[in-house]
Amino acid sequence: MAEKEKTQVADIDRTKYDVRNLDEDAYRIEGGLTESIVKKLSEEKDDPEWMKEFRLRSLKLYNEIPVPDWGPSIDGLNMDNIVTYVRPNTKMSADWEDVPADIKKTFELLGIPEAERKSLAGVGAQYDSELVYHNVRKDVEEQGVIYTDFESALKGEYADMVKEHFMKLIPPTMHKFAALHGAVWSGGSFVYVPKGVKVEIPLQSYFRLNAPGAGQFEHTLIIVDEGADLHFIEGCSAPKYNVANLHAGAVEIYVKKNARCRYSTIENWSKNMYNLNTKVAKVEEGGVIEWISGSFGSHISYLYPTSRLEGRGARSDFTGIAFANTDQELDTGCKVIHNAPDTSSVVNTRSISKGGGANIFRSAVVVTPQAKGSKCAVSCTSLMLDSESRSDTIPAMDIRTSECDVGHEAKIGRISDETVFYLMSRGLSEEEAKAMIVSGFADSVSKELPLEYAVEMNNLIRLEMIGAIG
Amino acid sequence: MPLLEIKGLAANAGEKPILNGIDLSVGEGETHVIMGPNGAGKSTLGFTIMGSPEYEVTGGSVFFDGEDITGESTDKIAKRGIFLSFQNPVEVPGITLKSFLRTALEQVTGERIRMRLFNEKLEKAMAALDMDPSYAARDLNVGFSGGEKKKAEILQLLVLRPKLAILDETDSGLDVDAVRIVSQGIEAYKKEVGGALMIITHSTKILESLEVDRTHVLVDGKVVKEGGRELIDNINTNGFEQFQ
Repeated sequence: MAEKEKTQVADIDRTKYDVRNLDEDAYRIEGGLTESIVKKLSEEKDDPEWMKEFRLRSLKLYNEIPVPDWGPSIDGLNMDNIVTYVRPNTKMSADWEDVPADIKKTFELLGIPEAERKSLAGVGAQYDSELVYHNVRKDVEEQGVIYTDFESALKGEYADMVKEHFMKLIPPTMHKFAALHGAVWSGGSFVYVPKGVKVEIPLQSYFRLNAPGAGQFEHTLIIVDEGADLHFIEGCSAPKYNVANLHAGAVEIYVKKNARCRYSTIENWSKNMYNLNTKVAKVEEGGVIEWISGSFGSHISYLYPTSRLEGRGARSDFTGIAFANTDQELDTGCKVIHNAPDTSSVVNTRSISKGGGANIFRSAVVVTPQAKGSKCAVSCTSLMLDSESRSDTIPAMDIRTSECDVGHEAKIGRISDETVFYLMSRGLSEEEAKAMIVSGFADSVSKELPLEYAVEMNNLIRLEMIGAIG
Repeated sequence: MPLLEIKGLAANAGEKPILNGIDLSVGEGETHVIMGPNGAGKSTLGFTIMGSPEYEVTGGSVFFDGEDITGESTDKIAKRGIFLSFQNPVEVPGITLKSFLRTALEQVTGERIRMRLFNEKLEKAMAALDMDPSYAARDLNVGFSGGEKKKAEILQLLVLRPKLAILDETDSGLDVDAVRIVSQGIEAYKKEVGGALMIITHSTKILESLEVDRTHVLVDGKVVKEGGRELIDNINTNGFEQFQ
């Protein structure tokens, strides 16, 4: 098992924990990301020829496209050393012993069992969860659903389908980190739900976290065929603890005619992480995409799940929550493109800022001339827990038809002393009272989650508010 | 030793003195009534006993069970067994009445309580107050009518079982039926918990069916008159002007 243990997801800031090895690292000497590195990666992964070419094309774009200059600063991310983040090698892993004490404590507080903690931290095999995962897969397989790791999908029965859809919604030309992803993606999931199949239980990518290289540049491709129904849950609320502190994953979701997909994420990246994730769903006639998004972790996040409503009556529901604590800048929100008649979208986000943390809510709503009769309602509510924290709202709207109904609403609030006193008069400490108020504020998101995730999200809130779980 | 003993209590709201030296004591299981005209400091007295940060204690002390609780934090005072029913209960979105009350009960008792046992207690208390059971799953006080909010306060009183309940204008704004039900709840508290009551009111409807041990009349932040039940009847007839 020793080999396997070395290739797990892990996440310490390498510069702190691996300094001595850096100079001996052959890849690093080459500085930036080069063709030979990407070729080597492609060989190691035994890519089909087209994928190798795709990677190289993406690499070229990556080297041409500038770093975004409009959001939170990513100066702390050393792009010259990008190789450090890419190389799927033993150097990427961390020993459980090296994981900082506060992160270990978080695992404990969240009630994650020892074996799983080690797995989430990137060391140790996750026997129990593997087992669960296989059982889930069996049930789902019987319905004809394909749920597999991405590398297998590239070579399996659905290889053509994968090729046809891979990075078509998120082309490497989209932005620098999409290009980077195209060049060095590794791990992730492929899901295909056949026509008319309703998947009763949510599929969870949690069980795949220990796939080699997953967690940095993983690729998720989901195709929900006509009339089918799927709930997919990404990640889990324990901190994903990676050696490399850059995450540039991609999620592509195809929702066919009259199908529905719900995609839930509770992200709790460790707080040295630059989370530059890209998610896009394309929705056909009568289809529905539902995003449930919780952002708790990371140092800097850029995260805007995008819904492309391409068929008549297509719908998008976005429910999001972001909690920015000390030294966190979370630039989150969503984008909706209404590109067909009678499409509708609802955006409902909540943000909590504490201890000097900053939340930026950024939304973009585009209504094209052919999207007559479309409706869009955007609402964002922010809670500021102190005067040093920050909360900004940047709603953009590009409306190209007069025959549509678009609304925006933004509110910023604080916790009232009166409410705190009321709860304290019932025996809750000041911290407990505030944690309860914040949990209540987040309720619109937690009630959309399966129970165990709602409980974990509540635990996360308590952890951020009180530093303990009671 | 009295359960609650207030000695020379003075308190300000900002710069403004509201309480000007109050002496008052309540024995275990006794029912006391605090009456007085608007602005006399009745509610402030309740809030100050409960340690509200809105008021600054400028003199005197509050003892509970023989211990000085002046300046203690509100949650600690609650854990000692003092309950304050609010005139205007606060709405807390996203937290159900039930989950709130379970958390509160665990906080005041310091013990975990099994869900089933808690459900039994809650259902029983709700039935005693003629409350629709669906209220348990509603967000705390959110969208409740005035009467429902007051009932929810008495529900908390019945479940939390404090040693002393301070009821701040619990009867204000209620119709006759609601007053009757709230009175029933208060009686149930007296009967089952045997706790002491400090009822702050400027009307007497809620007192009709209660045995009153002592009545205190507050004017300008001072107790100006004390007596038994007969003092309530006197005020009913003659009003507060005689004390001003």
